[in-house]
Amino acid sequence: MLLTFYALILLYKLKFMTLISSSIGRKLIMALSGLFLIVFLTQHFAINITSVFSKALFNEISHFMGNNPLVQFVFQPILILGVMLHFTMGFILELKNWTSREVKYKSYKGILNAPWVSRNMILSGLVVLSFLGLHMYDFWIPEMDYKYVEVLPLDPDRYFEELVHKFESPLRVGLYALSFIFLSLHLYHGFASSFQSVGFNNKYSKSIKSIATVFSIIVPIGFVFIAFFHFLK
Amino acid sequence: MNLTLKIWRQANSNTKGKIETYQISEVSPDMSFLEMMDVLNEELIEKGIDPVAFDHDCREGICGMCSMFINGEAHGPDRLVTTCQLHMRKFKDGDTITIEPFRARAFPVIKDLTVDRSSFDRIQQAGGFVSVNTSGNTQDANAIPIDKKDADKAFDAATCIGCGACVATCKNASAMLFVSAKVSQYALLPQGKVEATDRVLNMVNQMDEEGFGNCTNTGACEIECPKGISLENIARMNREYLFASLKG
Repeated sequence: MLLTFYALILLYKLKFMTLISSSIGRKLIMALSGLFLIVFLTQHFAINITSVFSKALFNEISHFMGNNPLVQFVFQPILILGVMLHFTMGFILELKNWTSREVKYKSYKGILNAPWVSRNMILSGLVVLSFLGLHMYDFWIPEMDYKYVEVLPLDPDRYFEELVHKFESPLRVGLYALSFIFLSLHLYHGFASSFQSVGFNNKYSKSIKSIATVFSIIVPIGFVFIAFFHFLK
Repeated sequence: MNLTLKIWRQANSNTKGKIETYQISEVSPDMSFLEMMDVLNEELIEKGIDPVAFDHDCREGICGMCSMFINGEAHGPDRLVTTCQLHMRKFKDGDTITIEPFRARAFPVIKDLTVDRSSFDRIQQAGGFVSVNTSGNTQDANAIPIDKKDADKAFDAATCIGCGACVATCKNASAMLFVSAKVSQYALLPQGKVEATDRVLNMVNQMDEEGFGNCTNTGACEIECPKGISLENIARMNREYLFASLKG
């Protein structure tokens, strides 16, 4: 019985290894992790926008998210894993792509058959990744320090002030806005492209493309609006 | 028409190539692109210069042999045509035309504009077929009822001539459109179902081994494909591959 269990585990692992070592398997991981991050982004936006309407509600939700054990010790590690999988696989795929054409064309008119955004996902992705580093430095690291290193007393009312404080610097708000322009470009291609990668291309694809376009414009604009709202207030 | 041609010249796969410039005059707008290349080669031979090597065969857009990258696009500026179907009327008098081989690590240059596309053959050999008993009792394929939509899609996929324009065009030199067309043409038909699992796994594995890049869904291949092979085939191959991986 135990041997069968081990054999099943081994078989499962072998298949998984085959999957992640193939070009299609890697694309599948990129797509699934990307879609997962889109869900997270939506949830993040839904929380942040409350800071515009209600300080109390924003504090309440932030306190819940920051202290709920399920969010902290299950969802947060899954999120970190999702982010790491997405950019690591992105780098691996890009590296393979760079080496797949050793001699470059003297004349190459990529713009005639594919939009700039789709051909430069690595660039928009790198900007978003850099922003993520700044975001972690701004919010996540101080939060971890507050809760788990210095172990300061719980303060359910501190979140709104911390948010507003970060948006006092015009340089930071400018960087924030610039990063979200690149996030918008990344989403514009990545959202709909994820469905193609998981094998979904049918009569609903045009609708998905439209939803993806609206999402890639509305959500980043929403985040930038929140930043400017607190900066100008 | 008087034209300036900037053509990639390379003696063989072991030497470095470079762009050479040639002037050509009295080109008729009614000439095909390959006929213009023939005229150029005759002039080069008369001058004692090695003629430009380029692939061609049927010259009617069905064999997939011609493989030039003209002014930054596979098969030139026209859509849904191969190089042999491209006519000089697409260019203007005094134009400079840059002609390069299809470039990819998996398509090494043999000479000048000819490239070795045998990587496509090896992908086909890995699974691009159906095993049929030809002992004399073979069932008539037309006796098997097939949904019209599936038959049409399979036929569309089967129109891929394997020219490699998708690879040449793709910024990643990915062969996904070619492989997906070959996978799809069988996956959609009952005759292809039997070997479907092994087919997609083996063909994708061979594609990866040949050194092609990954698909990033830019859609450039679909635009430049002389046969209009749809990206829908790539999505189908992704599905087939995923299910085949889970099935083992």
